[in-house]
Amino acid sequence: MIGDDWILRVEQLSKHFGPTCPDCHRLTGPDAGRSRCPRCGTVWACVEANLQLSAGEVLGIVGESGSGKSTLLQMIYLALPPDSGHIWYRDNGGPPRDLTTLDRYEARLFRNTQLGIVYQRPELGLNMRFSVGGNVAEKLLLAEWRHFGRIRARTAELMIKTELPPERIDDEPPTFSGGMLQRVQIAKALASRPALLLLDEITSGLDVSVQARVLDLLRRIQWEDRITMLLVSHDLGVVRQLARRTIVMKNGHIVEAGLTDQILEDPQHPYTQLLVSSAL
Amino acid sequence: MSETPDQLYNFALLDEDAKREIRRALLKAVAIPGHLVPFASRDLPIARGWGTGGLQITLSIITPDDTLKVIDQGDDESVNAVNLRRLITRTTGVATTTDTTEATIIQTRHRIPEEPLRADQILVLQVPMADPLRWVEPNLERATTMHSEADYGKMWVYMYESVVRAGDLRIASQYPVMVNRRYLMDTTPIPRWDVPKLHMAETLYLFGAGREKRIYAVPPYTVVEPLQFEDYPFRTEYRPGQRCARCGAEHTFLTSHFVSDDQGGRWETTCSDAAYCAKRVAQMEATE
Repeated sequence: MIGDDWILRVEQLSKHFGPTCPDCHRLTGPDAGRSRCPRCGTVWACVEANLQLSAGEVLGIVGESGSGKSTLLQMIYLALPPDSGHIWYRDNGGPPRDLTTLDRYEARLFRNTQLGIVYQRPELGLNMRFSVGGNVAEKLLLAEWRHFGRIRARTAELMIKTELPPERIDDEPPTFSGGMLQRVQIAKALASRPALLLLDEITSGLDVSVQARVLDLLRRIQWEDRITMLLVSHDLGVVRQLARRTIVMKNGHIVEAGLTDQILEDPQHPYTQLLVSSAL
Repeated sequence: MSETPDQLYNFALLDEDAKREIRRALLKAVAIPGHLVPFASRDLPIARGWGTGGLQITLSIITPDDTLKVIDQGDDESVNAVNLRRLITRTTGVATTTDTTEATIIQTRHRIPEEPLRADQILVLQVPMADPLRWVEPNLERATTMHSEADYGKMWVYMYESVVRAGDLRIASQYPVMVNRRYLMDTTPIPRWDVPKLHMAETLYLFGAGREKRIYAVPPYTVVEPLQFEDYPFRTEYRPGQRCARCGAEHTFLTSHFVSDDQGGRWETTCSDAAYCAKRVAQMEATE
């Protein structure tokens, strides 16, 4: 299914919150229909997740609220340390590195140079007190750009790329609409030319026409830059538009993985069947 | 000049355990240049915010053989300096001086003396606000995380925004610097004029914030770089044509103050480092 050109490989990645008890395993998961253990209250947010991303690929992760999609994404973003498992990263066919072994400083450096993230709520990804240009420039400044003129030029370039009016570079985020703020987040995420773009429910708060424009933009960027993306959404329609492959999560477990079209046309897991029949 | 210490108190007021704790924090601060080290700021007969951080450092490192100079706003005779000096001499009996070249320990607020400091001298600075990240991150815990990850993007955006809004890096004092290319550090209330003196200096600089309970240090020969852009570089205060009204110096940091006279008064610009100014005046009078 997958060639040898992978850049990210997640192996047996797990995360739980709580004390754990001997019955956790039996009482949680997709078969039990819950991720919180009724005996000890432990939440099994993500259990032994495996996935692999090839360079230039878009992988979708779908699942209902609380299924562990965002936990998985936060672990890959190195913002949440996993309990166990590995995140292997390979740069241009180089030797694989285990990102879970990085210390805080190295993780921050990796995050700033190799990863970009776009959140559902713009206030998580943007500083509302800084100007839009400042927000986008943050990534450049962290990458040791020290020439104000060049930073401005690159920021304006990124704004044009993400279909934002460059003359509004010094305006503050609260004066922008929801769809524009998502594009500001995308511009910021792209600033350091990341190897991997993480998208967390980016169109969930937008109305349908704005949603379509943001998705169009992402598709164009993906086409132009061949950027690898991990797209988290509860909306199969969004995933279908962008992702060639999709994994389905439920109660912290990956229940199905495969080509997006295949999953949509011939869902195997009962939950996926329910999801497909209700979404389309 | 020196006097016998008051026998009511332990040498240098603080008990030995308290001094040892502060010295341990100082060692840590020197080992990690620019890093904020917490310490148990003690109660003193001086209110917090009046230089207790610097005072505790001075009291912890001072020995009977030291010669002390205390300045406030560059002046040995201002209220704060006089009071701190009196407290230290009464409890230690050390000699004091106003001459920068004679002092072994200089406690200061706002200024680094004009005369170059040597390797056998220590400069102790009183710090009002220790963490430069407070401008961009009010949450102390998050700011600590940012320091540990060297995540200074927000601070750089602050500088960027300063250029966008004001057309220049508009920061008068407390100019942020990178120490040893790792930690972002506040230069406390010293003016921009004194910031270059921290870079690759011969002297040990110790910073104490009593109210915030933090100690940090710039050891000798440490790289101290102000945050700046290639096309908007860091600049010290520059006032072309201005000179000291008393000694005529053009190469010193000047302050202006109001002088009253029969005609109602006038503004006068003089050296901020009063002892250095007086020294120059005395030299000029001697040569005449």
